[in-house]
Amino acid sequence: MPTNGAPTKITQGSQTKGGVGESTLRPDGTLKVTGEFAYSSDLWHEDMLWGQILRSTVAHAEIVSLDTSEALATPGVYAVMTYDDLPTDVKNYGLEIQDTPVLAHGKVRHHGEPVAIVAADHPETARRAAAKIKVEYRELPVITDESSATAPDAVLVHENRTDHHIGHVPHPNIVHRQPIVRGDAAAAAERADVIVKGEYTFGMQDQAFLGPESGLAVPEEDGGVHLYIATQWLHSDLRQIAPVLGLPPEKVRMTLAGVGGAFGGREDLSMQIHACLLALRTGKPVKIVYNRFESFFGHVHRHPAKLSYEHGATRDGKLTHVTCRIVLDGGAYASASPAVVGNAASLGIGPYAVDDVDIEAIALYTNNPPCGAMRGFGAVQACFAYEAQMDKVAEELGLDPVEFRQRNAMEQGTLLPTGQPVDSPAPVAELLRRVKAMPMPPERQWESSEGADVRQLPGGLSNTTHGEGVVRGVGYAVGIKNVGFSEGFDDYSTARVRLEAVAGEAVVTVHTAMAEVGQGGVTVHAQIARTELGVAQVTIHPANTEVGSAGSTSASRQTYVTGGAVKNACELVRERVLEIGRRKFGTYHPAWATAELLLEGGKVVTDGGEVLADLVDVLGEEAVEVEEEWRHRPTEPFDLRTGQGNGHVQYSFAAHRAVVEVDTELGLVKVIELACAQDVGKALNPLSVLGQIQGGTTQGLGIAVMEEIIVDPRTAKVKNPSFTDYLIPTILDTPTIPVDVLELADDHAPYGLRGVGEAPTLSSTPAVLAAIRAATGLELNRTPVRPEHLTGTA
Amino acid sequence: MRVNLTVNGRPQEADDVWEGESLLYVLRERLGLPGSKNACEQGECGSCTVRLDGVPVCACLVAAGQAEGREVVTVEGLAEYARQRSSGDAGDTPDLAPIQQAFIDAGAVQCGFCTPGLLVAADEMLEHNPDPSDADIREALSGNLCRCTGYEKIMDAVRLAAARQQEAV
Repeated sequence: MPTNGAPTKITQGSQTKGGVGESTLRPDGTLKVTGEFAYSSDLWHEDMLWGQILRSTVAHAEIVSLDTSEALATPGVYAVMTYDDLPTDVKNYGLEIQDTPVLAHGKVRHHGEPVAIVAADHPETARRAAAKIKVEYRELPVITDESSATAPDAVLVHENRTDHHIGHVPHPNIVHRQPIVRGDAAAAAERADVIVKGEYTFGMQDQAFLGPESGLAVPEEDGGVHLYIATQWLHSDLRQIAPVLGLPPEKVRMTLAGVGGAFGGREDLSMQIHACLLALRTGKPVKIVYNRFESFFGHVHRHPAKLSYEHGATRDGKLTHVTCRIVLDGGAYASASPAVVGNAASLGIGPYAVDDVDIEAIALYTNNPPCGAMRGFGAVQACFAYEAQMDKVAEELGLDPVEFRQRNAMEQGTLLPTGQPVDSPAPVAELLRRVKAMPMPPERQWESSEGADVRQLPGGLSNTTHGEGVVRGVGYAVGIKNVGFSEGFDDYSTARVRLEAVAGEAVVTVHTAMAEVGQGGVTVHAQIARTELGVAQVTIHPANTEVGSAGSTSASRQTYVTGGAVKNACELVRERVLEIGRRKFGTYHPAWATAELLLEGGKVVTDGGEVLADLVDVLGEEAVEVEEEWRHRPTEPFDLRTGQGNGHVQYSFAAHRAVVEVDTELGLVKVIELACAQDVGKALNPLSVLGQIQGGTTQGLGIAVMEEIIVDPRTAKVKNPSFTDYLIPTILDTPTIPVDVLELADDHAPYGLRGVGEAPTLSSTPAVLAAIRAATGLELNRTPVRPEHLTGTA
Repeated sequence: MRVNLTVNGRPQEADDVWEGESLLYVLRERLGLPGSKNACEQGECGSCTVRLDGVPVCACLVAAGQAEGREVVTVEGLAEYARQRSSGDAGDTPDLAPIQQAFIDAGAVQCGFCTPGLLVAADEMLEHNPDPSDADIREALSGNLCRCTGYEKIMDAVRLAAARQQEAV
């Protein structure tokens, strides 16, 4: 065989421009910078109506009466619907437990629960009509925390539960409980030289995606409906919507509209069913767009948590045992609470090797706002607490906090508390080493030739200090996040890939139902197709339900699972194309039968680099199309008593170093730098990987120093549902975020990649907290930290 | 009421405007220009930033009637606005304003919902401060929330646009 001096081990696609590993640019970038990209709130239809939802003004009450007559008589109003107007016996929905009423039935369980819906010809008309609906409430006592939820005479948030968790929970106001017991923590505690106990509080965070919940439902001639929607998982929505409408799934068509961020907040339904109900009732297209106030009530939040930890260690710096109890507030409806419990428990001690552990995690039903998925999903709350504990133990032992972590860091092969071995690289100690080795920002970085630049100081342009009272602190943290859906869930994705010759050029079309929410999945799908099929021109088909499910855009799973499905479908297409080639041209060259064949640069080549045919000649008039489901390795549930089980697929690790400066007199914090080191297995698109790490880091910064939904403990009402009162980091609050990306392949995953998006949100928060503790000497057992916690005036 | 205004250089007329409508609503729902975004509608997020007689404002906080007879530039008109500013003819100049191209090239766009407001604000800053320090950029863009990027790539994009602008001079 002639080799022409070409490498003999080139892998498929290594010669193709714009393939895996390159920082190709977003295919939707131009549309997004010109304002032409159609987000769900931008949609418009001839003759369209506007929908509005009336929400409860109290958290827990019986509905004594409901009068819609005045609203219905309002000029411009086309429909008003309540529970009584629901068309079928299916009146609830939910991700795992169908406990969430489409519209309240005789009772509301949290502040802001949907009670009635209105359609009118102008959004303001709809709002005013909704305000004319008269609801009389008889208030009930509110359940707001563990003690009120489990008191002997506690009112049940949900009476007559029949879900599959009720059999193993100690109280009906507990959604799910997951204990994990391995070894003998009590016996191990006897060996400990130091024991550190801590109680921690984690506030309620909002996803605060910028694109409001919105969509357009268009009634169709066959009695069905077409919903254009911003979501994280089209098929999960469809499964919940169709039964309520009384329609077969094929009559509910769903197309992904532009999604303005998600972060877990679009896993549950928001206005989907309401828009469809109004469209089917009025026979007109109905658009619903939440305003920001409503958005705070319209989606679940990150679970606030109370966490109790005990860590023990020997004098030489080895952990003897960890016990912990994590109480998550799930609010009024289950949402993703059971899975959040599983994550919090199984990842509850962090990326450390400890043989003797005793863990319990529960989620409560309360009358607080419902909580569910948010970036980090249960692992975030635990990381905040166990990393605070690691610092405290290190201090007790007189050890450097990084050194202490490294001595206990898990490695490949370490068993999780669930007994599951970590069977891919776990570079925990290495990530800590790397993040510590990054250069430090200069001292007194706020000094300039013209004196102090107040913009670089705590308090900023408020001009509260020129450096007086400002103390620097440095803190470290590391975390572990599972990738993909765990605990035995059938976490598959589907991809349809089509290869054909169009106008003399080979063209690939990739069609999946993957929700592009900003993460860049569409960019990566095109890269995968280029690499696998050696074709430059790739079209990404709009996501809809005409193709099989792609699973959720969450759990850091899309590049792994839908990316894996695209890769798999491309491989099947390649085999079919080579079959055609062998059939057509096999007799012309022996290599068709004997060599390993690749698709490169629009040609069929041998692994020696010899060109056998042009792809367009092989294809001719034929299009090759494959639609196939793809699965990662199966997982299994955690044992309900011991928590043992191979529940996870993959892990993602990140470490942070935070440098903060604190004005100790006013309690103002300026985060100077938030450096991150993360193992990504393989960076399919390095630019997008950095974007994920920096964005995730910033959301962790938000939890550390500003973000919290404040719920009044007496009334369970939300006090700050706006961007005026719920603050997220601005560009002034956010420091530079240098990133060191490590690529240790996970051999089980496509291209060796690891899910990237969530891990940086874990360790960012505790690193900032550690830095503030280092600067102030305060214990700081809650997050977010506000000025009053630093000045002793809380 | 009827509102007459100039949007992206074109005279526009909006009929049946209810007095309570914002400039943002008129742009998005009556004039077919949904590029300006509606993330908070209370002046906190900057996603609806447009230029009103040259000054960056939150279109959600401007009553539609206040825009009567005035000039508005939205993200949809940013490329043309930049082209005219550089006094070039339409000719063979690129389709995107330099700041738009820089946002794409630097990876400053993820979900993109904050992007239109940031582009208008950043373009306006570079107009009067062509060589901004990092602190200048942060100060100028502090009214524009982004939830995806952590702002690092946005900083890169503005630095890139400034550098390209310097080279071109």
